[in-house]
Amino acid sequence: MANSPLSVLRFKIIFSISWLIIAADHILLLRWFGLSWTAAVIDSVVNDGLLILTCVLIIMMLRYYLPQREKYFHLVTWCILFTIIAILLTKVILKHIFADDSEYITFFNRSLWVRASLDFLLLGCLILVSVIWYNWQEQSEQEQRKQDAEKLAKEAELFKLRQQLQPHFLFNSLNSINALIGSRPEEARKMVQQLSDFLRGTIKKEEHQWVTLKEELQYLQLYLDIEKVRFGHRLSTKIEYDEALSEMKLPALLLQPVMENAIKFGLYDTVDEIEINLKAAKEDNQLVLSVTNPFDPETSAPKGTGFGLQSVQRRLYLLFARNDLVSTETKENIFTTVIKIPQS
Amino acid sequence: MSSKVIIIDDEPLARSIVIEYIQHIPDLVVSQVCSNGYEGVKAIQQYKPDLIILDIQMPKINGFEMLELIENPPAVIFATAFDEYAIKAFEAHAIDYLLKPFNQERFEKAIKKWREQKNKSAGEKQTKQLLDDVALTAPQNQRIVIKDGSKIKIIPVQDIFYLEAADDFVKVFTKEGYFLKNKTMSHFEQVLDPSQFVRSHRSYIVNLQQITRIDPYEKENHVAVLRSGVKVPVSRTGYPKLKAILGL
Repeated sequence: MANSPLSVLRFKIIFSISWLIIAADHILLLRWFGLSWTAAVIDSVVNDGLLILTCVLIIMMLRYYLPQREKYFHLVTWCILFTIIAILLTKVILKHIFADDSEYITFFNRSLWVRASLDFLLLGCLILVSVIWYNWQEQSEQEQRKQDAEKLAKEAELFKLRQQLQPHFLFNSLNSINALIGSRPEEARKMVQQLSDFLRGTIKKEEHQWVTLKEELQYLQLYLDIEKVRFGHRLSTKIEYDEALSEMKLPALLLQPVMENAIKFGLYDTVDEIEINLKAAKEDNQLVLSVTNPFDPETSAPKGTGFGLQSVQRRLYLLFARNDLVSTETKENIFTTVIKIPQS
Repeated sequence: MSSKVIIIDDEPLARSIVIEYIQHIPDLVVSQVCSNGYEGVKAIQQYKPDLIILDIQMPKINGFEMLELIENPPAVIFATAFDEYAIKAFEAHAIDYLLKPFNQERFEKAIKKWREQKNKSAGEKQTKQLLDDVALTAPQNQRIVIKDGSKIKIIPVQDIFYLEAADDFVKVFTKEGYFLKNKTMSHFEQVLDPSQFVRSHRSYIVNLQQITRIDPYEKENHVAVLRSGVKVPVSRTGYPKLKAILGL
C-alpha cells in the first residue's frame, strides 16, 4: 500500500501553510467587501475548514482507489461531486449561524458561484497532485521489486556457478583413494585430507566472496595435488607469480575451474605428458591471470574452448557487468586462457 | 585354461586397482594394461583378449570410439566414474558397467555375469547396438574416428567434404582424400547434423558448407559442385531437399 503524501512531514507543513494562507486571504477579501471581522473569520473557518476536510478525504480515497489511466475522467466527476457537497454544507452551516443577518445572506448567495469555482479549482489541483504522487509511488515500488527480484536471481546464479563441482572429479578421486588404500595407505590418508580440505573450501568460501591471490593459490594447490595423484607423471604444473601480487583480490573459487578446464583440455586432447602453466601479473590496476595448456590443432574444433569457460565468463559478467574479461587464444599447439580481474 | 584380460584406463591408480582385483580371481590373467585408446587398439589386435575392462573418458578417443575401430570387439565391461549419456545407454542395452569406485565384490559380480553371457554369444550384438546408440550423443557426433592402416584418424565433421556409399562401407572424403568407415549411409544420416549435411542421393551425403553451386545434369538430374571442384550427384528426390535447406 502506497504512503499518503500527508505521511511526509514536509508535505504536512506545506499543506498546513497553504491552508492558512488561503484562510487569511479569504478573511481579508471578505473584510474588503465590508464584512465585520467576526463574520469574515467565521465564514472563512467554516468555508475553508470544510474545504480542508474534503481535501484530506480525497487524498485518503485516492490512496485506496486510484482509477486506471483510461478512467481518469472519473476524477472530474469526483471533483464536481466533492465541490457540490462542500458548498452545500458550507451554505447550510453558515445560513444557520447567520440566520438573522439578512445582509450577510444576500452577500453569501451572491458569492456562491465564486466560492464554488474556487473550491472546484483547488480540489482539481489537489486531485492532480495526488494522482501524480500515487503513480510515482507505485512506479518506484515496482522498480524496487524488480531490482529485488533481479538481485535474488543474480545471487542464486552466482551461488550455483561457484558450487559447480564436477562429479567426475569427485568419483575418480575416490577411486584413486580406493586404489591407494591397499598399496600405499599413507598416501591414501594424505589424499583423503586434501580432498576434504578442497571440498570444505567450496562450502566455506561462499560467505566471503572475495579472497586474495595467495589464498586462492593455496586452495588451488590442493586441487592440483589431487589431480597429480590421479594422472601421475602425465600431468605437471607450474605457477609463476610475483610476491608483490599476493594481496590482490579475486572472486573466490574462480581460478580452479579455469585450471580444471586447462587440465582436461590438455589431458584429453593429447596422449603425451602435459604441462599446465599459470602466470599472474598486474596490468592497469587489473589482476591478469593466464593459463596455458597444450592441445592438438589437427583434431580440435577451431572455436573449441575445450570444456567449459562459460561459467567463469558468466560469473565475471554478473560481478562486473563486462563480457571482455575472459579471452582465449591459440598459438601453434598451445591454448591460452586469459582472465582479467579489475581491482577496486 | 585361463582367460586373457586387457585393462584400458588413463588413470594409473584406476588401472592398479583393477589389476589387484583380478589377482584374486584365479583363472583370469592380465595380458596388458593400456593408458589410452590407441594403445588399446594395438593391444587388442596383438593379444586377442577374452575380456576388456574399459574406461570411457580417455585422451584423444574415448572408449566407445576405440571399440568402433575394432572389427570383432571382445566382451567389454565398462568402468566409468560419471557419464550420464553412457549410463543411459548401458541400461538401455542391459550391458554391465562398473561405477567407480567399486569394490572386489562388485567386480566379481560383473565377471560372473560376463561368464554367464559368454556362452550365449549375445554380447557382441549388444555392444554393436550400444555403439550405434552412443554415436548420437555429443561429442561423438562432432567427429568421426577412422582406422587408416595402422594409424588412427580423427576427422572433425566440418572437415568432411562428402560421404559416398561403397558396399558395406562408407567413403569419407576430406582434403586428404577418402577414408573408409564400416558404417551404413543411414547411420551417418542419423548421426550428422541435418542442418549441415544432406543426403543428396541414395549413395551420397554432402556437406552444405562445401557447395558452391548446383548445376543441371542430363535430363532431370543435378550435380552439386563443391569448392574443391568435385561434382556430387543430386537425385530427383535429393534436389528439393537441398533446395529447401539452402533456401533457394
